[in-house]
Amino acid sequence: MTELTQTRYAYGKALLEVGEIYPEVAVLDADLYNSTRTVLFRDAFPDRFIDIGIAEADMVSTAAGMAASGLIPYANSFAIFLTAHCYDQIRIQIAYPSLHVILAGSSAGLTQGPDGASHQSLEDVTLMRALPHMRVLVPADSIETRAMTIAAARDIDGPVYIRLGRYPVPDVLDGDYSFELGRGTILRQGEEVALVACGHMVNVALGAAELLASRQISAAVINMSTIKPIDKELIEWTMGNIPLIVTIEEHSIIGGLGSAVAEVMAEDGFGGRLIRLGTCDVFGESAMADELLEKHGLTPSAVAKRVGKEFGR
Amino acid sequence: MVVRDVNALRKLAIELRLHVVRMMGANKKHHFGGSMSAADIVTALYFYKMRYDPEDPEWPDRDRFIMSKGHCVPAQYAALAMLGVLPLEELPELKTMGSRLQGHPAAHLVPGIEGCTGSLGQGLSFANGMALAARIQHRDYDVYCLIGDGELQEGQIWEAAMTSSKQRLENLTAVIDRNGLKAMDEPSSAKTMDPLADRWRAFGWSVREIDGHEMAEICEALDWAEGNEEAPSMIIAHTIKGKGIPFIEGRAEFHNAALTEEQIEEALAGLEEQLGIWEEGK
Repeated sequence: MTELTQTRYAYGKALLEVGEIYPEVAVLDADLYNSTRTVLFRDAFPDRFIDIGIAEADMVSTAAGMAASGLIPYANSFAIFLTAHCYDQIRIQIAYPSLHVILAGSSAGLTQGPDGASHQSLEDVTLMRALPHMRVLVPADSIETRAMTIAAARDIDGPVYIRLGRYPVPDVLDGDYSFELGRGTILRQGEEVALVACGHMVNVALGAAELLASRQISAAVINMSTIKPIDKELIEWTMGNIPLIVTIEEHSIIGGLGSAVAEVMAEDGFGGRLIRLGTCDVFGESAMADELLEKHGLTPSAVAKRVGKEFGR
Repeated sequence: MVVRDVNALRKLAIELRLHVVRMMGANKKHHFGGSMSAADIVTALYFYKMRYDPEDPEWPDRDRFIMSKGHCVPAQYAALAMLGVLPLEELPELKTMGSRLQGHPAAHLVPGIEGCTGSLGQGLSFANGMALAARIQHRDYDVYCLIGDGELQEGQIWEAAMTSSKQRLENLTAVIDRNGLKAMDEPSSAKTMDPLADRWRAFGWSVREIDGHEMAEICEALDWAEGNEEAPSMIIAHTIKGKGIPFIEGRAEFHNAALTEEQIEEALAGLEEQLGIWEEGK
């Protein structure tokens, strides 16, 4: 059986590696270190770990001060609190001066599950994408999470937002995958429709592509794990070669991956068709993760059905 | 630069005020009131207390100053220009198109500005981050943070206050510029502000109250704070909004206001007269 991993677990482990390599890395959490998995870093590097308590805004501003004084801070909380609650702090103190702070938003999306709308972040990518200098990363699996977590300290200078989840997903990338900022990856070739996904939805897209194949529909799958800067070149190539693009994200279709792709398509005068799948201008609710994905049409069979309709198959 | 002589510091504070008035100029809205109330404190920090090399504003072991009440950054620009970190002739470019002297501190644009503020309530957390970075990196610099009294109404200040004491940041000193006026009127019209010193003590800080325009008291309090290894230090500086320009002193309508040509002339003449008095007294 395929091994399933939550990206937040992969992140917690990768953070340990980062801590080993870079003595200037510090980690801050706001009373959620078990959930965010920064507990591993806390235990290994107690002198470089700060539990700020239930004070996310204080945490984000503190991280900014650390970054301005030579550290590379990783600030952690649930995605919605980190981005929505601290938007002003992130905007002025981190994004504006382009400080090298890594913001790791955990338990993002519908698959946060039973805690309901207050905890289900469906707008974080929109918020972070609007900020100048900010890079927005949504890893698809444990391999990509590790790669991004390390790259965020090593290869990127400036603010980074990494969106993490608590939904178990299989590894969809090869072990030798190397992450490159702003570069999407074609995971499956196809000719009639391109499923462009990020995060947990990449595995859903791969499942949908299998189902579509059984209906004689040839679907490509693209892992668009950097939402900002978006891989314009890859979207343009896809537009030129595949008549229908479907974006799939566990996030509002307003402002996230679907919007980023739509912006490129519209400005390039693309005549083809785009379908954006995600949550459609609604809040989440308490339920199990799978029930919520089902409800919002974000399962392989729901995606295949929706795409199949376009082909009358 | 370290100036020990109190009279020399008093003179520098008046010079700083002159630079602030000149850079603001006539008929443009500026935050005169708070920049004036903070002038003596800012002077004492840059010219008396802080270990700071104007030749190398990025020196990793420098003491750091965060203007949490970011709208009063003209006072900091003036100090940096007097030290030679910025050219004095650049000051009148304040808030004009293309100038790096933004209306609120932009750390990435101006050498000597340590952090971006302007949205009130965030600077003390930032100062905590700098103080924690000193500990993590085994550096022994001190961090100073100037907060407005109206700014204390922002909840994040109190989040930060609890962090500072929990982390025992004895390398941190905060100063409250208690000028008794926010943008509209006195802070107590909107929220209870007292007992202020007791609140900070209750939050785990060592607290002193001073006259924020009495240079000897400011210097003594800063010395006390540097020597205090018990807890983060809070200096509540009682000040007068607009201090040094008699016709705006204590008046909320000059929080962010434009002065006429005549008013600017009057303000400059008054400050030059004060400067003359100190020079004679020397």
